[in-house]
Amino acid sequence: MEAADAASLAVHTQDLAKRYGKTVALSGLTMSVRRSEVFGFLGPNGAGKTTAVKLLVGLALPTAGQGWVLGAPIGDLATRRHLGYLPELFRYQGWMKAREVLGLHCELSGMARSDWKKEIELALDLVGLAERADDKVEGFSKGMQQRLGLGVALLGRPELVLLDEPTSALDPVGRHDVREIIRQLKARGTAVFLNSHLLSEVEQVCDRLAVVDHGRVIATGTMGQILGQDGAVRVRVTGLTPATRLGLQGYGSLEDEGEWLTFRGLAPERVPELVGDIVRQGGRVYAVEPRHETLEDRFLQLLKEQGD
Amino acid sequence: MRVLTIARLTILEASRRKLLIALGVLTLAVVVLTSWGFSRLPTMKDVTPAEVRLASSQLTILVAFMFSGVLALGSTLVAAPSIASDIESGIALAILPRPIRRSELLMGKWLGLALLVALYAALSGLLEMVGIWLGTGYLPPNPVAALAFVAAEGIVLMTLALLLSTRLAPMTGGVVALVLFFVAWIGGIALAIGLAFANDTITSIGIGSRLLIPTDGLWHGAIYYLEPSEILAAARAAGRARAGNPFFADAPLPLAYLAWVVAWLLAVLGLANWSFARRDL
Repeated sequence: MEAADAASLAVHTQDLAKRYGKTVALSGLTMSVRRSEVFGFLGPNGAGKTTAVKLLVGLALPTAGQGWVLGAPIGDLATRRHLGYLPELFRYQGWMKAREVLGLHCELSGMARSDWKKEIELALDLVGLAERADDKVEGFSKGMQQRLGLGVALLGRPELVLLDEPTSALDPVGRHDVREIIRQLKARGTAVFLNSHLLSEVEQVCDRLAVVDHGRVIATGTMGQILGQDGAVRVRVTGLTPATRLGLQGYGSLEDEGEWLTFRGLAPERVPELVGDIVRQGGRVYAVEPRHETLEDRFLQLLKEQGD
Repeated sequence: MRVLTIARLTILEASRRKLLIALGVLTLAVVVLTSWGFSRLPTMKDVTPAEVRLASSQLTILVAFMFSGVLALGSTLVAAPSIASDIESGIALAILPRPIRRSELLMGKWLGLALLVALYAALSGLLEMVGIWLGTGYLPPNPVAALAFVAAEGIVLMTLALLLSTRLAPMTGGVVALVLFFVAWIGGIALAIGLAFANDTITSIGIGSRLLIPTDGLWHGAIYYLEPSEILAAARAAGRARAGNPFFADAPLPLAYLAWVVAWLLAVLGLANWSFARRDL
């Protein structure tokens, strides 16, 4: 993809790679995030998720490949004016008040001074910190610091917000609030890059997602595309020989768990055909259950396939 | 101007963390105590005005040495963690994705710290000189120039600590800077001995240390402006007997050396910016 095409996207990377000495943190990341969409970035610990985000915001330098953020090469100074970023492991100056931290970031982002007050109050209200605005950050719990971090990331109506594990320190109420904030961001046209290993969170708010493992995208698409449009069917059956079981693989990706067989990627209209075939081959069918795959199931399966 | 924003933040942090008030109270106590000590000199038995002047001049140099030590150690302790701690704690991760260059962050910190060093040197030096003058009626020949050199010494060491802070852990950077400071001090003594005994090898080592770490050179620049003419004449007459005295300077620093110090500062700052810009966070 050319740089001109990348301008229409919030994020685009092409074979983006990062090595730390001999350790490969990211090996050829290629992905696109559209403007105004909520994009989930999933992966196990050590998959390279945080490294990817750090490359996108210019905190680390890529060792190979290219990347564009809001149409500009990654690290571009002027573009950072339109970015909001919540790091995974961060701290604000403990000696400052929450309001002062927000003021500092207004100043650093180049926002007009006349807008600071309004933006700070808006951010404090949005993340539920209005009552603690004049308290020093060093007295904040981890969850409150994360709320403040989110407030900082939302200052100045950014066009792209990158959230690295935004709810890791939050209680269920806080997590619900963050999901609502993400939905509000999407409603006002802000692209959100959500780096998370909380699958339920991603499942609830993301339009599209990418799954990364060992520094590489192993699956990408909408939630439906990732989960598989045709879903899966579980059949409880006895009386089949191993050879017959193998012969059923034509109906879809087969997972053999003894009496239970799971067929993935099987169109619903082919279920009667499958049952008839099993019966013809001497099988006794006790149950047929359509299975709605969760993102967790699919995520684990993708990682397993990658490992195999 | 983001450099000024960071400089203001650096000074504000020193103030909010009570560094300024702690330093101010301690300095005031030291000034009061030393001034009282100076005021006792003229009251001693059978002492002549010339002896008071002589003793005052030497004690002034020792007090200046103490303040230059406080500045050197203090600026190292503040500068060595300045970048490294921000990286370790994650403060840098939150700030640097903003539209601010790393060089602006670094130069802002340098500017803030340099202002603190200069301010401390000026205020503590002014108070001490007034205290000495009130106690003994003595004032060094050029206290302003001496204080400028003391401040420059602190700024040089702070800049070195800042460079180390871009790559080393706070503790390591601080220790390395202090070791280099004391090595340079010994290097200055070696230079004086090498010159007095015309030993080229020791002289070269001394010159090398004074060029690589200019703190001791600047300290000698300060000493010169604290020495009255009679002390200079007496010490010159003593010849080799004064060799190695780290509290004596027989000449002002040459202009070429001052130019070297400026070049050194620019080079170390350039290196610090280069190093920080290439560091993965």
